Amino acid sequence: MTAAAPPPGALQAPLVVEFPFTRSLGPVQSAFLTGLRERTVLGVRTEAGGVLVPPVEYDPVTAAELRELVEVAATGTVTTWAWNPEPRPGQPLATPFAWVLVRLDGADTALLHALDVPGPEAVRTGLRVRIRWAAERAGAITDIACFEPYESSPQDDTTPHDGRFEEPVTGIVAPARLDYTYSPGRAQTRYLHGLAERRTVGERCPSCAKVYVPPRGACPTCGVATTDQVEVGPRGTVTTFCIVNIKAKNLDIEVPYVYAHIALDGAGLALHGRIAGIPYDEVRMGLRVEPVWSEDGRYPDHYRPTGEPDADYDTYKELL
Amino acid sequence: MSRDVAIVAFAQSDHRRHTDDLSEVEMVMPVLHEVQRQTGLKAADIGFTCSGSSDYLAGRAFSFTMALDGVGAWPPISESHVEADGAWALYEAWVKLLTGEADTALVYSYGKSSPGSVRDVLTRQLDPYYLAPLWPDSVALAALQAQALIDAGETDEPALAAIAARSREDARTNPHAQLPGARPQGGYAVQPLRTGDCPPVGDGVAAVILAAGDRARELCERPAWIRGMDHRIEAHSLGVRDLTDSPSTRLAAERAGAFERPVDTAELHAPFTSQEVVLRKALGLDDSVTVNPSGGALAANPVMAAGLIRLGEAAARIHRGESDRALAHATSGPCLQQNLVAVLEGETHAR
Repeated sequence: MTAAAPPPGALQAPLVVEFPFTRSLGPVQSAFLTGLRERTVLGVRTEAGGVLVPPVEYDPVTAAELRELVEVAATGTVTTWAWNPEPRPGQPLATPFAWVLVRLDGADTALLHALDVPGPEAVRTGLRVRIRWAAERAGAITDIACFEPYESSPQDDTTPHDGRFEEPVTGIVAPARLDYTYSPGRAQTRYLHGLAERRTVGERCPSCAKVYVPPRGACPTCGVATTDQVEVGPRGTVTTFCIVNIKAKNLDIEVPYVYAHIALDGAGLALHGRIAGIPYDEVRMGLRVEPVWSEDGRYPDHYRPTGEPDADYDTYKELL
Repeated sequence: MSRDVAIVAFAQSDHRRHTDDLSEVEMVMPVLHEVQRQTGLKAADIGFTCSGSSDYLAGRAFSFTMALDGVGAWPPISESHVEADGAWALYEAWVKLLTGEADTALVYSYGKSSPGSVRDVLTRQLDPYYLAPLWPDSVALAALQAQALIDAGETDEPALAAIAARSREDARTNPHAQLPGARPQGGYAVQPLRTGDCPPVGDGVAAVILAAGDRARELCERPAWIRGMDHRIEAHSLGVRDLTDSPSTRLAAERAGAFERPVDTAELHAPFTSQEVVLRKALGLDDSVTVNPSGGALAANPVMAAGLIRLGEAAARIHRGESDRALAHATSGPCLQQNLVAVLEGETHAR
């Protein structure tokens, strides 16, 4: 047992979180996004008579269901702006541009998008602009590539629109990717450094003396930092197990195989791992096992029987 | 039944740009221990626990369950979590105490923004149909609001720079601040906002303890009594809102009783200088009110904790006898979309 010292260097690794959300559209959103595909901009009339662009399903003031669609112009006026000198990933333009809120002619509210101008001196509130359509349109807000300056007289006329188009868009897929640099913290860094030397090092709670493997830095029972490192195992006892019959995607292991909870000797709780080197239907509670490392593995590939007699139930019943 | 509930303890971490050496629970635990130390309460003595955080900041699913390890949640405690700033966790705990179901509550929140890019992460809270596909980052949206204020004649760049300088000068006396002391405004991040108009990106933690009635008097020499608290939200479409005003803040303040008598102190959660202009207007604060003596979010802005810190800083001034009646404000969402206002008071006889 040694006092837990800060790790020699914080470990870090890239972590990418990526998720494509599939979202269904209400009737108003469907008409609006399908309209963009057809280079038609639709708004919705509120109970008070104003026109919302972009349109929503429910009145933001009264919460009434809104269905009365109108077509507005592709020209409009900048109501506020902000110059973006360094576009970020995913933003509408890759070159410096102005973020703008634009009130399209015929609308009473403003839509957020990008304005393609050479510099901030070319933008002002009140600037007249028009939509630059994307060459390929699919029924999404990005069917508007951006806005561009365009001198024209404001025209506040709107035309009723039934919102019907051939092959309406009923949903969108919104991909999102966020990049992180993961760092595991002090306790898990110590644990990972131990694993690199093929040692399993838990941490003991100074209050209740339980040894956590893997350690996460705190004793969840006592709410205090775990303080002392304790090497456990390498041998352990199967406390419970299941037989896996479904082949996991991207996993090169033949089914059926056994996945088990294993209480390493000296640990205060079980960790989990695969059992091999024994027919799957001979694995049992109390089976004594030891880790098997693959050549360059960072953690045990699996556990195999040691050949020792099975452990008494009383020795591991608190660890189930 | 009516009960008086007070903030009786407040603690926060030193806010840092990076905390690569710490997991979230390792970052949270010392702050939890500090509020326990201040009150002498242990986990088992606390009636209700509520936390606020967001998994998106550090990219760790269900990270709040790991942070809960730092509380000591066994045997099982009465516990809740909000995917929001800890100010809203405090609101939930306050309601819990008002019902009489608990006499004490622990409220904490944390944000570890350093593993990701918080400007981009925050785009994921926006309207998924019309806004999120454009990835408009948090600075860009605040800049649109700032330009609207400049166009309306409500402020200008020198006035914004003065807010930045005052906030960070005041933060010199705040040992937890990430940016103590005035510094150059720097170039434009997104025009008209300069780097100096923007909050620092950082990691941090805050915790408070609430107690009701006589329990509060036992735990704290001068409790910061919550006289009222309310939160309100505006339409989510930015183009529908008047970005130069904050009617939701004004309404929350009215419902919290902020306008019944003047306050001497206000801790405003204004991550951008321009947002202080909006909040001062919405709350009708004049120069007699000390605004953000802690330095505010311009000096330290751990996302998900910065709002709770406003409540904690206001309460701590009452605890120390430096304020008798303080307003605390927290915000969430782009351009001050959602706002919470609390009014805190100290009893005059107990100095």
